[in-house]
Amino acid sequence: MISPGKAEGEAIVSKEPIGFYGGIDPKTGVVIEKGHELEGQSVKEKILVFPQGKGSTVGSYVIYGMKRNGVAPAAIVNKETETVVATGVILAGIPCVDGIDIDKIKTGDKLIVNADEATVGVG
Amino acid sequence: MYLTKEEERILAGERGEVLERMFRLLVRLGDIYGADRMIPVGSVQVAGVSYKSIGDPGLEFLEDMAGKGAKVRVPTTLNPPGMDLVDWRELGFPEDFAKKQLCIMEAFKKMGIMMTATCTPYLVGNLPRFGEHIAWSESSAVSFANSVIGARTNREGGPSALAAALCGVTPNYGLHLDENRKPSVAVKVNAELKHNSDFGALGYHVGKLVKKGNPYFQGIKGADVDQLKAFGAAMAASGAVALYHVEGLTPEARLMDPKNLEVIEVGERELKETCEKLNTGREPDIVILGCPHASLKEIATLANKLEGKRLRKPLWICTARTTKETATKLGFVEQVERAGGKVVADTCAVVSPIERMGFKRTAVNSGKAANYLPGFCKQEVIFGNVNELLKKVLA
Repeated sequence: MISPGKAEGEAIVSKEPIGFYGGIDPKTGVVIEKGHELEGQSVKEKILVFPQGKGSTVGSYVIYGMKRNGVAPAAIVNKETETVVATGVILAGIPCVDGIDIDKIKTGDKLIVNADEATVGVG
Repeated sequence: MYLTKEEERILAGERGEVLERMFRLLVRLGDIYGADRMIPVGSVQVAGVSYKSIGDPGLEFLEDMAGKGAKVRVPTTLNPPGMDLVDWRELGFPEDFAKKQLCIMEAFKKMGIMMTATCTPYLVGNLPRFGEHIAWSESSAVSFANSVIGARTNREGGPSALAAALCGVTPNYGLHLDENRKPSVAVKVNAELKHNSDFGALGYHVGKLVKKGNPYFQGIKGADVDQLKAFGAAMAASGAVALYHVEGLTPEARLMDPKNLEVIEVGERELKETCEKLNTGREPDIVILGCPHASLKEIATLANKLEGKRLRKPLWICTARTTKETATKLGFVEQVERAGGKVVADTCAVVSPIERMGFKRTAVNSGKAANYLPGFCKQEVIFGNVNELLKKVLA
């Protein structure tokens, strides 16, 4: 477990890493990175699934800002959480698990995340 | 990771929400990097101060923490904000920006952090000893502390450094451990290094090549503290170098064995090419020196160079406020001002919104500034040694 908590919701899956600083608008929760496979889509209240974070350490504050603005994902599921995302989800209090085989998850799947037990199930 | 009874209590929330969350952050980072336990730190340097870099999300986070009564447990100093905190109006910093920046400073102050507002804490009284464990952010200060002093810190981000300040500890991994301080690559330098900018160019070039490694330099005959400060800053900006060794100069070099390492050769040609690459403009709108923040010695040298001269373009020498105050008492600031220059306190070229202040082409002698100005501040860069730069702007 990276950050504790439980959440249910619809998966939105990115095969590419996500850089939150300059990558997602903290006011809307919409992916704004040019050419990113999720560009134009909102991650608000979704279970956001991606391999790992990338980019500036200010990304941690963007994750925190999304939560404050009510546009954060309900939970984050990673293959391997690096420090920028780990810092962000802990500051924001967003449930987050890693070490998950994310290839099996598809956008639109209904997921139940129990970060306290480090499990991701199908709802 | 092993946790003490008290640390278990913090994690269970018995010491309040703020400590629980910040300690959890340290535990998770420790888990990710395989730390065995927490270790006490002697001091903390917190980065992520400029409104330009952390924006509203950062400001809200800091105000939330300060509002909940967060207080630092160890001596903690602060990185530069995006403006001179006293003379911002006169220097032309935007009003809306200043308002937000002052709120950020207030939040840090409430948490008990010293308002040093400099990237060179080691020049203004936060000076660790050899071997001391510290938790610093600000990549140039991390490099200086590890390499020139032999203190021990990882490259912390703003939040993880703040967490260390509030909890008084940091996870024991990375550069806190002997085995990770060994050199990963040898760099043979066959070039004359005279000016700070020569060290900046070498640092920029090597940082790009080695990225995250610990380079071991051979062939550097001499360097003063200001040159090493510029050198490490450039390497940490173009790459992510947090520790370097220089044979015969830095304190841990003699403990290291450079045999059997991959060797990179750097000569005059590579340095010349690096300077050409960093130069993206010709005629500067402004000259900004002091990246990292200028020492008293550097200000004195510049003041003497400017004696009896007249500048045609703005010139800023960025430094810490306490250094500026000393330089004022000693008459150097007046000397600079008589020539038409300014000694700007607290901020620097990289974190201030100079692109909103009418500047498009900035001349610098810093490899770090040359690395960041095109992206962060939309500037064309004129990179050169201080004599070349002054020649361009003196009447």
